[in-house]
Amino acid sequence: MLGFKIILLLFLVVCAVSTSLSKNLLTSIVIYMSYSLAMCIIWILLESPDLAITEAAVGAGVTSVLFFVTLKKIHAMRAEDEKEKESAGELPEGGEGKP
Amino acid sequence: MKLKENYENTKWRRFVRFVNGGEMSEDRFRLTGSQMDAGKPQAAKVHDAQPVDLYHLKRDRNRSDYSRMMEQYENWSKTRGLKIFGSLYRIISLCICLLIIFVLLLTVANMPAFGSADTPANSNEVAQRYIEKGQEETGAVNIVTGMILDYRAFDTLGESHVLFIAACTVLILLRIDHRKDGSLVHEELAADENDRRLEPKNDKILQKAAFFLVPVIILFGIYVILNGHISPGGGFSGGAVIGAGLILYLTAFGFQKAERFFTYKTFSVVSLASLLFYSGAKCYSFFCGANHMESGIPLGNAGDIMSSGLILPLNICVGCVVACTMYSFYAIFRKGGI
Repeated sequence: MLGFKIILLLFLVVCAVSTSLSKNLLTSIVIYMSYSLAMCIIWILLESPDLAITEAAVGAGVTSVLFFVTLKKIHAMRAEDEKEKESAGELPEGGEGKP
Repeated sequence: MKLKENYENTKWRRFVRFVNGGEMSEDRFRLTGSQMDAGKPQAAKVHDAQPVDLYHLKRDRNRSDYSRMMEQYENWSKTRGLKIFGSLYRIISLCICLLIIFVLLLTVANMPAFGSADTPANSNEVAQRYIEKGQEETGAVNIVTGMILDYRAFDTLGESHVLFIAACTVLILLRIDHRKDGSLVHEELAADENDRRLEPKNDKILQKAAFFLVPVIILFGIYVILNGHISPGGGFSGGAVIGAGLILYLTAFGFQKAERFFTYKTFSVVSLASLLFYSGAKCYSFFCGANHMESGIPLGNAGDIMSSGLILPLNICVGCVVACTMYSFYAIFRKGGI
């Protein structure tokens, strides 16, 4: 059990560092979600299941969804799509892909 | 706004000129000078050359002083100043980081061991009393719920109001107004377009998954709320779970279907009714302090759902407020309205 706890805590640290260091905003949000999930398991191990439920619903669910919506609203996700297209060899301002 | 005729000579303009160090007057003189040059015939220009040149000389000298100063200033900030500032910034930020890390580690090192008996939380007589008499006095098996919805109910009252105020503030900030004749505003059209293009509205996988998951999630949320005084959980957790389920439904099936059961009216009526009930039940704490007032509802058998007096209705109220707030956050973020 102690080994499992140590692995979880190390996972927390790695997630926290890589959330702040990742260049892609979408990636950092997904890593943040996994941070919340690990935190949720840790709450259960610390014998507070009510906090675990709240963490799973708010931290991993609602907050990340709000982050996603915000990214979409500020066109951060679309810009990444276009960058990928550009790197794949398609024309960025071709206009055929857009409906 | 109407501009005055002698705008350049108004008091405010003079003041601005004074603040700018006479820079504006230079512009004006240059204008008149060039006008003078243009207006005069060629022969007369020779005659007038002297004063104009004198003036230009003075102006050029002034300007060269000014520009030399500016150059120096800019260069300082670009070369040496930037270097000094950069190194200072790095050193100071490193120092602050190390200081914070040191203080936090020191605090953690000086804390009592996890679960040890002599922590302040364990040696406090309030906690002792909550643990020993909690179930007897509140009727709730779950001590946490008994604490936050009975002994410390006005704390939770403030928390649910904070949530409601947060929802109102987001609504004020992000709301897109309708026109009076019902036509769509530009931003709304853009939001619609954005939604259509990027939202997987007709995603079969998402819809099938949501079809099975949403009822389970919402049922689990209702279970957590209704069993708040028996098992772990309570109003906030259950409300957050229900809100997450509603958000999943909205993502999968779109606004048209979600608006069949959740509109702005639903949000306002449910939130207001819950908050009013909660305030009516517990606002006496602001006048009586920590003195308890009997609600008159029998506590019942500890462990039954219909027990522990006011805790169950208060749990339901908090759950309603939290679920409405979560859902309305998402809806306002996505389309600027509920």
